[in-house]
Amino acid sequence: MALADICGLSENLFNDTKFSNKDFQADVIKYSSNFDNHYQLAAPPFENPCEGLEKILANGANDGIKIDFDHGTTTLGFRFQGGVLLAVDSRATGGQFIGSQTMKKVVEINDYFLGTLAGGAADCVYWDRVLTKECRLYELRNKERISVAAASKIMANIAHEYKGAGLSMGMMLAGYDKRGPGLYYVDSEGSRTAGSLFSVGSGSVYAFGVLDSGYRWDLTDEEAQELGRRAIYHATHRDGYSGGIVRVYHIKPTGWINISNEDCMDLHYKYQEEKLARLS
Amino acid sequence: METVLGIKGPDFVMLAADCTQAHSIIMMKEDVEKIHKISDKLLMATIGESGDTDQFTQYISKNLALYRMRNGYELGPKAASHFTRKNLAEYLRSRTPYFVNLLVAGYDETEGGELYYIDYLANAKSLNYGGHGYGGMFCASIFDRYHHPKITQDEAYDIFKKCVKEIQKRLIINLANFKVSVVDKNGIRSLPDITAANLMDYVP
Repeated sequence: MALADICGLSENLFNDTKFSNKDFQADVIKYSSNFDNHYQLAAPPFENPCEGLEKILANGANDGIKIDFDHGTTTLGFRFQGGVLLAVDSRATGGQFIGSQTMKKVVEINDYFLGTLAGGAADCVYWDRVLTKECRLYELRNKERISVAAASKIMANIAHEYKGAGLSMGMMLAGYDKRGPGLYYVDSEGSRTAGSLFSVGSGSVYAFGVLDSGYRWDLTDEEAQELGRRAIYHATHRDGYSGGIVRVYHIKPTGWINISNEDCMDLHYKYQEEKLARLS
Repeated sequence: METVLGIKGPDFVMLAADCTQAHSIIMMKEDVEKIHKISDKLLMATIGESGDTDQFTQYISKNLALYRMRNGYELGPKAASHFTRKNLAEYLRSRTPYFVNLLVAGYDETEGGELYYIDYLANAKSLNYGGHGYGGMFCASIFDRYHHPKITQDEAYDIFKKCVKEIQKRLIINLANFKVSVVDKNGIRSLPDITAANLMDYVP
């Protein structure tokens, strides 16, 4: 702590006799307890996190402390004859501010298993990491990969345990296991639904429109990839909170592959050209 | 938004539940099973906050299974609904209440069919007929009008058709499909779904 000494920074942060170094250490231990046990997440320092947080957010305009969590997404996933297809955008927004245009909203849990994130970016990333750990441990203990059903149940149980604590997540868990292609929707309400076609996020209404009108079980691999890409592109076009790169993943019996990562602007001009070419 | 309905007859209980799962303005799924088989002669139809419904139903179902394993016999419909109600009441007064409304239907050799109405405030009442959700309100009068003590299974199924027809006519929310199950002395049976399509030319 040589630099701290030069700067005259005492280890006792506020040079307050009431707030000793010991208290500081205790605080650090208290708020980093999840390093030892991932399920022991420190709650915010006020009671009733869900309502308390809302009050703080609402008061942001008055006290100048604006907290806007990253939100706004379009993600989609569907099962079809060739496996599971996932497509996502890559924009992260905090209120009106675009925080990132290159976010990776698909989490690669293992070679056969992917998750998508929507809602609070931090919540999703954190709990997906915990899920990744659980899936790996399962594999080591049982000498076989975890099923999509079981993995999604772990996630749903976590979500239900923390229900009302202010988590915000809407994720799809997709993979290929001995039951074939699997797709589950899990959210911070604690609900877990198996299904063939989901879309999550602020742009989901737009994605659903394109998706529902073009979806069939017997889509070829190329058709499915194009449908997913198009649905996300149309969502990025209409939804201000979605944009950036359209990422397409395809989960086959042999594992997942990343099909494409294309900028939605490039796609826009490509599709427009195709449209014009068809007209002439 | 969701609806479950139940009718008790002299020797059976029939349940009907819609199949929708909605998130805000989006219909996520139209083939959800809300009627859960708890044991050979016990059904539970659950609606309420998403997440809570599945979690609570499974909690009750697994505990009833545990009871059966420990004691070699299982709880009857009355005892099972008491157990459900007590759990719901205890959770209601905890920091993490379950927001679920359910109908418990079972068949007992001595008592015959039994139908229990349990809501999220842990009211439990044995009824001849009843329902939860907005759809249940429309159907209350239909049940009052057409139910009688000697009702048969065919008549009960027909009343459900009347109910679904009315829900689809008057309720602003689109509940297209209803699953129907019945429990009697032979156990549990699923009956054909009542859907908007097969009600097209139904005349009440």
